[in-house]
Amino acid sequence: MAFDRQGSLLTLLLTALVTVLVAASLMTGPAHLGAETVAKSLFSDQGVASIIVRDVRLPRTLLATLIGATFGVAGAALQGLLRNPLAEPSLFGAPQAAAATAAGLMAFGLVSPVSLAVPLGGITGALLSVGALVAIAGRRASLTMTLLAGLALASLAGAAIALVLNLAPNPYIALEIAFWLLGSLRDRSMIHVWIAAPFMVASWVVLAANARAFRALTLGEDAATSLGVNVGRVRIWVVIGVALGVGAAVSVAGAISFVGLVAPHLVRRFYGSDPARTLLPSALAGAALLLAADIIVRLVPGPLEIKIGVITALIGVPFFIAMIFRERQVLEESA
Amino acid sequence: MKPDLAPRLRAGNLTVRRGARIIVADANLTLNAGELTVLAGPNGAGKTTLARAMAGLLPSQGSLSLGGTTLAAMSVRERARTLAYLPQGHEFHWPMSVEHIVALGREPHADPFSQITPEDRAAIQTAMEATTTDTLATRIVTTLSGGERARVALARALATQASVLIADEPIASLDERHQLIVMDLLRGIAHQGAAVLAIIHDLTLAARFADRVVLMNEGRIIANDAPIAALTPERIAQIFNISVHRIETPDGPLLIPSRAL
Repeated sequence: MAFDRQGSLLTLLLTALVTVLVAASLMTGPAHLGAETVAKSLFSDQGVASIIVRDVRLPRTLLATLIGATFGVAGAALQGLLRNPLAEPSLFGAPQAAAATAAGLMAFGLVSPVSLAVPLGGITGALLSVGALVAIAGRRASLTMTLLAGLALASLAGAAIALVLNLAPNPYIALEIAFWLLGSLRDRSMIHVWIAAPFMVASWVVLAANARAFRALTLGEDAATSLGVNVGRVRIWVVIGVALGVGAAVSVAGAISFVGLVAPHLVRRFYGSDPARTLLPSALAGAALLLAADIIVRLVPGPLEIKIGVITALIGVPFFIAMIFRERQVLEESA
Repeated sequence: MKPDLAPRLRAGNLTVRRGARIIVADANLTLNAGELTVLAGPNGAGKTTLARAMAGLLPSQGSLSLGGTTLAAMSVRERARTLAYLPQGHEFHWPMSVEHIVALGREPHADPFSQITPEDRAAIQTAMEATTTDTLATRIVTTLSGGERARVALARALATQASVLIADEPIASLDERHQLIVMDLLRGIAHQGAAVLAIIHDLTLAARFADRVVLMNEGRIIANDAPIAALTPERIAQIFNISVHRIETPDGPLLIPSRAL
């Protein structure tokens, strides 16, 4: 159908955009390195330039790409499952829950910040939060129920974070956690990439495998079931997929919010609303958004780098409010 | 007129409970190939619950067999190819085009990576033409009127080309003309060999189009017979608590409600 060809072209353009942003991200930083130097430093040993490009800029570029894509897919998948354009992991405290768990583990010296236990902790936290949302929102997953459940869970995750900060053994750790919660890709190494990437890739695979089910779910659960979708199983897989991705992302980069809301919404304008069709473009758009945000934080002058989570929230919150206005009619009908 | 009357979907002593309450009690109902069965009854009689249970969408006690196989033993995909279900209300959550919605009816036939086949395309086209939704193909479903949506929903269910079709209130929001078109269509599908169950409220249409009428009240099947035999004024009074005027016409009896009892 007509969307197919247009869709492939758009996907190509989005991929090109991500590639350009990856290059821009590798060239952005306090040390001025030309395009040629960056390219050479990446693939061969150029001394200090190589250290900057490979050890400082490459990890944050890769993480921005992977994490942005993960949030994009997670948002699109949750929206597909809940049939609701306002669904987003951070709205029900998934990143916060992941952060609280991961931060708790580190604060009390249980694990080192670069051990595999951190993403596992983050995934567990996210699993609890996503699972609770899907369970509370229930079969019909109405807009009101979803938002109310999200509100409750986000508050609970906030309380859990406060508890970790309260009980932190010393003020330095508390401060470090507080900063980490704002989300940042600064000072990450390739170790962080290797720790988180497998979980994020696994989450993409799990969520993409359910793409067709999201499409059938547009007809409601009964019709989807009658079309051969095992809705209960889909629900469990989406919870696992989102938790794997969000938990791993948050445990290396802190709480980054609203990419999962904004990315699917942006691509829907161009790709149409078929939830199966928005997964890949949402991933690309999410990667582009986070890469752009991470370039912005490095370009803003000042003694301290602005946290990337602040940027995404500053863009995401007004966007979310605008969407609530658009959905107001539906909200009022279901109230 | 009826090619064969082989049982396609058979419910034996089907009981559905919600908590302690019994919603459907000991229902015995067989849907035969070649027959349009209309299920009618007052609000809250348990019609939708019975239909959902027969489609395997609700846990129930008793036996359910689809084409001779126990329904629970079939894979969801196998069941989806054999039995199409059209829920009440016609939900469309995303603003997708009509042709995309109707194409969802082919999902049970698709393997995970397959593209739309010529056979799929033909089934989609046939379903859209039969429901007069082919002119709406590129329209966005959420912008359509209630009646148009109802026809799109039916087209989606028809596109599966299943041998059993269960439709919950397929004509509820349609204008008179489309009610007649859809009833004629459902009967046509049945007479081509499918087993069709439709829940409808209009007793005149039931009498006119159905091969068999099943009446339910308070969770029980009260009548299961040819339309004329099932829809007697006495039984209508007993089940619906209304009196009706029955006027014979060349197209069959007209049942006009006169007053509530």
